[in-house]
Amino acid sequence: MAYSDKVIDHYENPRNVGKLDDKSKFVGTGMVGAPACGDVMRLQIQVDSDGVIEDAKFKTYGCGSAIASSSLLTEWVKGKNINDAEQIKNTEIAQELALPPVKIHCSVLAEDAIKAAVRDVRGKQGV
Amino acid sequence: MTLPIYLDYASTTPVDPAVADKMMECLTTSGKFGNPASRSHVFGWEAESAVEVARADVASIMGADPREIVWTSGATEANNLAIKGCAHFNVRKGKHIITSRIEHKAVLDTCRQLEREGFELTYLDPDESGLIQPEMVSAAIREDTTVVSIMHVNNELGTRNDIASIGKVCRDRKVFFHVDAAQSAGKTPIDVEEMNVDMMSFSAHKLYGPKGIGALYVRRKPRVRIEAQIHGGGHERGMRSGTLPTHQIVGMGEAFKLGHELLESEISRITALRERLWAGVADMEEVYLNGSAQQSVPGIINISFAFVEGESLIMALRDLAVSSGSACTSASLEPSYVLRALGLNDEMAHSSIRFSIGRYTTKEQIDDTIAKVRRAVEKLRELSPLWDMFKDGIDLNQVEWSAH
Ligand SMILES: Cc1ncc(COP(=O)(O)O)c(C=O)c1O
Repeated sequence: MAYSDKVIDHYENPRNVGKLDDKSKFVGTGMVGAPACGDVMRLQIQVDSDGVIEDAKFKTYGCGSAIASSSLLTEWVKGKNINDAEQIKNTEIAQELALPPVKIHCSVLAEDAIKAAVRDVRGKQGV
Repeated sequence: MTLPIYLDYASTTPVDPAVADKMMECLTTSGKFGNPASRSHVFGWEAESAVEVARADVASIMGADPREIVWTSGATEANNLAIKGCAHFNVRKGKHIITSRIEHKAVLDTCRQLEREGFELTYLDPDESGLIQPEMVSAAIREDTTVVSIMHVNNELGTRNDIASIGKVCRDRKVFFHVDAAQSAGKTPIDVEEMNVDMMSFSAHKLYGPKGIGALYVRRKPRVRIEAQIHGGGHERGMRSGTLPTHQIVGMGEAFKLGHELLESEISRITALRERLWAGVADMEEVYLNGSAQQSVPGIINISFAFVEGESLIMALRDLAVSSGSACTSASLEPSYVLRALGLNDEMAHSSIRFSIGRYTTKEQIDDTIAKVRRAVEKLRELSPLWDMFKDGIDLNQVEWSAH
């Protein structure tokens, strides 16, 4: 399978790999996918009191495109308000990474992950 | 070291230079280009005699009579000819055929076709080490069973079935026995007498011969009769028509002759390389060998690396030419049906790699492979949320995943 240069770059040098403190009420976690389907993404965001994302971390079990989609997403959401972050569309990710049609589901998963993380942090803050 | 390192010898092998030289002698005006079926001139006679030398060389690797060898385009065609040909010829005796779930597609799809034609198939499940036991075959044989087809060496696992014992069961119960030996010639000893085999399929390109040529062994005593699948000039005693490709046949003959000569030395050399490879990765956590370690050929080793995803593993191993336990071209990853039949779950099947070692593999290549594999697995586990969870003592089977 031929990967785009951007996918390879993110795969070789993934940005923001890691884990944030799950217990903090400023941290939202989105865990999406299933091992049996071949990909699981865990995206975590840390927000300030205004809902601006100060930090983002990910870990992904999946193909190169799934790893790249989540890596790219962490770059994009940092500094964004959660209201804007949850507007990120999978098509933007797919386009940026030049994902082939069979890999579109990786970008869909990334979109699901940020939505789930935002939902989680909102729930914790009771807003 | 030149990269990538080729470790996919079970898929195909390069042609041995000595084989290529022989083939070149059968192509141009100065060579044996004649039609082996031409009886009226020296061009035909020369080609025919080259074909017969090759036939004897191929027969010799399995202890057969040269007259029991039928040339085909490869093991795929040999499997088709044997199974369809024998099932059709014996259709009045019965329409039941036995095979296994871990055969090559060339056998499985042939059997599916026979099912469409009204034959009844039994697909045996291997045990957890990937082997088909003689008792399983014995239990499945019925009054109307005509053909049993079981592979010698499995192409994904390297596991080696006890063909002699299965053959004895078939002989005792008067059922024809076909064996797909595409992966075993030149890798482990073969003797069609000791093994009680009636038909056996071979391929040249798995043993440093050219692609597009193979052979089917068809027993003469007691005689096994099969229906031709390709009709024409009546070549190969009517079993397979078509002008014989002299250069291909000569290539296969030379390849099998060399393979036969090198059998013992290659087994010990490749066993050492396999053990080196396994020792180099087995001390990592959560690494599993798939298939029997004892009853196998040394050249194929199939390993699962838990908590890393197969396609990213292949990507990380770009400098290694290996096969993965999943087909990574489709949107929905297809885990290998062979690994599934062993009872591996989808994740484990996806994270499996088949390394196949061959004639040109060196110790240095194996050492380099070990280093690359360790680096890749460590990197991907560092990236894997599943590895985190495993390390935190979470049982992944208890987690409710959001299916998608
Ligand atoms: C076990 C087995 N049977 C059959 C085949 C098909 O052989 P060929 O490529 O000669 O048709 C292969 C190789 O792909 C194989 O490994």
